[in-house]
Amino acid sequence: MPVIQLCDVVALLGRFPALAGASLSVEAGETVLLQGPNGAGKTTLLRLCAGLVRPESGQAQVLGHDLSVDGRAVRRQVAMLGHATGLYEDLSVAENVSFWAQAAGLDKSLAAQRATGALARMGLDERLLSLPVSRLSAGQRRRASLAALAVRRPQLWLLDEPHAGLDQTGRNVVDELISDAVAAGATVLVASHELDRVRSLNPRVVTVAGGLVVKDTGGPK
Amino acid sequence: MKSLLSEAWLVASKDLRIEARSRVLTNQVAPFAVLVLVLFGFALDADQRTLRMFAPGLFWVAVLLCLLLAVQRSSAVESADDAATGLRMAGLAPAAVFLGKSAAILVQLLVLELLLTAGIIVFYGSSVKNLFLWLIAGLVTALAVAATGTLYGALASGLGVRETLLPILLLPVLAPVLIGATRAYDDALGAAAVDGWAWTGLLAMFAVVASTLGALAYGALVED
Repeated sequence: MPVIQLCDVVALLGRFPALAGASLSVEAGETVLLQGPNGAGKTTLLRLCAGLVRPESGQAQVLGHDLSVDGRAVRRQVAMLGHATGLYEDLSVAENVSFWAQAAGLDKSLAAQRATGALARMGLDERLLSLPVSRLSAGQRRRASLAALAVRRPQLWLLDEPHAGLDQTGRNVVDELISDAVAAGATVLVASHELDRVRSLNPRVVTVAGGLVVKDTGGPK
Repeated sequence: MKSLLSEAWLVASKDLRIEARSRVLTNQVAPFAVLVLVLFGFALDADQRTLRMFAPGLFWVAVLLCLLLAVQRSSAVESADDAATGLRMAGLAPAAVFLGKSAAILVQLLVLELLLTAGIIVFYGSSVKNLFLWLIAGLVTALAVAATGTLYGALASGLGVRETLLPILLLPVLAPVLIGATRAYDDALGAAAVDGWAWTGLLAMFAVVASTLGALAYGALVED
């Protein structure tokens, strides 16, 4: 059964059809690169798969849940990295990651344990962990945000421009995160303009334009 | 139920920790509350007899003005870096988020009520004649306005113009609470001979209705 099954999906941003009949099927363990010009509908496609945007028409299923009726059920199993980091500026990095782990249903000790592991994996210096997020650079915030998602060990990763604002080390960390997630059986959708970077992960390439999937390499290359 | 309460506690403790770190309550809201009391004193020509008579109403107007700041701050914390989307993605029950955010505002309001009570005693020469009524009426009123404020904060935030629209939406709804709380404190502070407990009962009903409606409606308000 596909992890993502979209058939002629229309989704609106206000009155504008950001998705105008998109169809896509993604199997478990795939890495998919979404490419296309600005305003093509890539972010809306990711937000739809995250259960954050309701389909106006068409069939949309993610992880076996119908998004038109059961978007909330999908969210706990999905990690979505958008343009914002979703971190609380006045809390420390460690407190933020621990909070999001607990919010995802982990008990306090397991949340703290996973937070420590995820932050180390993101290459964040131990001295940074007790600092408030407001004192971090944009790249460090991005890494902390990814750590907050990683603690949940999601089945589906939805990453919108995950390399944006990161230095070379940070970019390598993101690539490793994606590779490790796929190796663990998760599915990853990446919307990116850094095509060469993501292509090194050997993804299936899906081109989105005008709210439609216009080209699909159709499976892992 | 246990999960709902533990999620609500998680959200409340997070909001209170943020307030403790940012010190917005102590450095901005509390001085504002005291300033409002002082300005009322100037406006009424510092006549202590008049101030004592109107102290309950002035007290609750000051609380409502502070509530606006607390609700705006509570919404701003979630919208600053789109943490609100994170809360939705975490799969937390919307009712738990509502209860948690209401509880955090409630705690802040209770602290402010203590400060404002000290303020009216010092500046207006008021005194608490019925301590138990003062305590219960203060608690249920704070509960009522915290729940209503959280709900309308989410509504205004969803409309995208919370800073300007919130007072216009919220204050008319809280007008009955202002009347009831003022009457209850008229009795508690000995400013007028009314049955404060009857008004406190009405305030408790308002608090229950606002909390229940808020818990039920919050999910619909925070969804796109």
